[in-house]
Amino acid sequence: MIAEGGHYALVLALALALIQSSLPILGARWRDLALMNVARSTAVAQLLFVAISFAALISLHVSSDFSVVNVVENSHSMKPLIYKITGVWGNHEGSMLLWVSILALFGGLVAMLGNNLPISLRAHVLAVQAWIASAFYLFILITSNPFLRFADPPIEGRDLNPVLQDIGLAVHPPMLYLGYVGFSISFSFAAAALIEGRIDAAWARWVRPWTLVAWIFLSLGIAMGSYWAYYELGWGGWWFWDPVENASLMPWLAGTALLHSLVVMEKRNALKVWTILLSILTFSLSLLGTFLVRSGVLTSVHAFASDPTRGVFILLILCVFIGGSLSLFAWRASALKQGGLFAPISREGALVLNNLLLTTACATVFVGTLYPLVLEVLTGDKISVGAPFFNLTFGPLFVPLLIALPFGPMLAWKRGDLLGAAQRLTAAGIVALVVVALVWAWTFGGGTLAPLAIGLAVFVIAGALSDVAERIGLLRVPLRTALLRARGLPRSNWGTMFAHAGVGVALIGIVCETTWNSEYIESMRAGDVARVAGYELKLDDMTQRQGPNFREMVAQFAVALDGRPIATMTPSKRNFTTRGATTTEAALLTRGVSQLYISLGDVAGDGTIAVRIYHKPLVLLIWFGPVLMAFGGLLSLSDRRLRVGVPKPAKALRGLQAAE
Amino acid sequence: MTRRQRRLTIIGGSFAVLAIAAALVLNAMRDSIVFFSTPTMVAEKHIQPGKRFRLGGLVQPGSLVHGDNMAITFQVADGSAQLPVSYKGILPDLFREGQGVVAEGALDASGVFRADTVLAKHDENYMPKDVADALKKQGHWKDEYGARGDVKAGGSDAGMSRAAQSGQGAVR
Repeated sequence: MIAEGGHYALVLALALALIQSSLPILGARWRDLALMNVARSTAVAQLLFVAISFAALISLHVSSDFSVVNVVENSHSMKPLIYKITGVWGNHEGSMLLWVSILALFGGLVAMLGNNLPISLRAHVLAVQAWIASAFYLFILITSNPFLRFADPPIEGRDLNPVLQDIGLAVHPPMLYLGYVGFSISFSFAAAALIEGRIDAAWARWVRPWTLVAWIFLSLGIAMGSYWAYYELGWGGWWFWDPVENASLMPWLAGTALLHSLVVMEKRNALKVWTILLSILTFSLSLLGTFLVRSGVLTSVHAFASDPTRGVFILLILCVFIGGSLSLFAWRASALKQGGLFAPISREGALVLNNLLLTTACATVFVGTLYPLVLEVLTGDKISVGAPFFNLTFGPLFVPLLIALPFGPMLAWKRGDLLGAAQRLTAAGIVALVVVALVWAWTFGGGTLAPLAIGLAVFVIAGALSDVAERIGLLRVPLRTALLRARGLPRSNWGTMFAHAGVGVALIGIVCETTWNSEYIESMRAGDVARVAGYELKLDDMTQRQGPNFREMVAQFAVALDGRPIATMTPSKRNFTTRGATTTEAALLTRGVSQLYISLGDVAGDGTIAVRIYHKPLVLLIWFGPVLMAFGGLLSLSDRRLRVGVPKPAKALRGLQAAE
Repeated sequence: MTRRQRRLTIIGGSFAVLAIAAALVLNAMRDSIVFFSTPTMVAEKHIQPGKRFRLGGLVQPGSLVHGDNMAITFQVADGSAQLPVSYKGILPDLFREGQGVVAEGALDASGVFRADTVLAKHDENYMPKDVADALKKQGHWKDEYGARGDVKAGGSDAGMSRAAQSGQGAVR
């Protein structure tokens, strides 16, 4: 019953989406208020029915209903409850259902919070949103129905892939999807603006909070996924330039660019056409990411052919939406009026440079990800494009971006003073140079690249801090006045500071981890001691243990520093009986922001076990950076000038700006 | 500056950045792309020692030898040819004899493939697609190799298990 109910709710959601995608547009055409307002009720109802459908699937998984194919293939009655729930989106069908649920959630939120939007704009936005939703409901119902039943149900399920039986699955995919799908709102707004042929600074103010929300979740989702891969896959890497990772990085890069161009549009009414294009591209890249991950096309062109309906269906959605929106753009963009003028050296100019470098970096990732695919289709040669390619292309584009980053917020709108900005950044520059010298002296004999990269990161952080220091007049006015000013400083300024500093923090982590990472791989037997980066790790014992749905072999390491014991680490190897699969559970010991990392290999015939130990200096900064960025985003979001749903009229805001 | 000059400055700057990016991409394409081969293709093509490529095939049953100091050797076969592979380090969880494998590295002067990375997939009946295609092409495909659709979490690539040799793996 529950399965049929969930299925039926999804069909109803499709019906509602079809209504929502047509009637409001007609209403806008005929200037019929009632028809336009249909969008609002259908969007909320759609959310309700998708939620019912999603809840049905969760309930099927929780109650281990093995008459449902999806549950059998991905669950097991002995599986812990948390993984029964998270297992819902640990498979293709369930994760597509999560995708549309989040799409409906965003649609519903626009409907509920968008009271101050012009009615026709809201009708158009929700209609476009419903087009996307309809396409994906159809996709799920036709090719990936999670509610299919077995005629002859088995007694036990096949269990979830052991690698996915981790708390990471509870957090990473929902976060990532909130990011991916969140960009659908800016896409819908862009399409609506093109249909209406009207766009202004107010438009940017409506779109910016949504984009910011999506960007925050995408940042956290990517960081979370990276940390998950780091501790789960057992060899201590945190970014593999894997196509699936690139698929999430591309919308992030484009979304970051969009966030910045929206600022220009909101404050200066410029870059309109570009912002619209960027909104379209960002969501297109999200769709592309969904296609790449869901169709299996990346492992091989032939894998794609092995399940043609799904792949072709998503490809079709991709072509219709990207092609359609770009055609709409080509057709209508010229109708949008050009906005404010600015000199190349200005805040706008800096943001244009930011956009240029971010989109170009995004383009190189795009080329590196899709080139193997194109080559295989054209010539049949199979190649892989790995980390070296991205290090050679992505890296050089990010260096100028990071150098320019602290200058941007220091420049005035319209016409900036580069020399003045440089003067205000003198302190940051000096700090950075001192750090370069210190690091270089400390690692004497090492390369020069790492100290320089750390110097650049410190420059970015110090630059972000000095921007705020300049604004509140720190050291120029009495401390009391400065503190008062700090309290009065708009939160979005603080947000900028945290987000920009986060970039530098992440860079420090990346450089330290890749440069001074120490590694130890040996066969060890009980009683052996490994020495890594000053730590002594003694393998005390190896024991067998029974988990809920696995057996594991646990090794116990006593960790000592300078002869003093500090902790015990227990890496393990789990054997999941149902799938006969083995996973490696790495053990992590956090010291400050550095980590010790142990993962186990195979037990050899003579009773020794292969052990891999890493010391990863400052590795946690890699993920603290994105968390800082997201926190900065959150601060900006809470800025009263930008509060979701309560935008002030454009004129009042213009007046406020003069103070900056 | 006139409006026209400003616009030209921005357009010129954009083209400069794009040109630099294109140059970077082309340069990287030349040096850092890795081709995929099977033992048969290696035998036919006479790949130069030292040139990096990805080798795919089945781990020949009975060929896996654990040496001292975590040195490992095994044979990769694709039905008509075999190639000896040497590797030092920890093999991925799903590395088994008779199963598909993809190794990255280069041939040495004696014709042994020195791998610095070994990839296997987290699914007991998985066969890397590249390997499956190659085997099908050469007519050595058996249905029991048939790969069940692999399970991927939304957006995360949890499917692959990897092992990389020290040094090489760290910088990736």
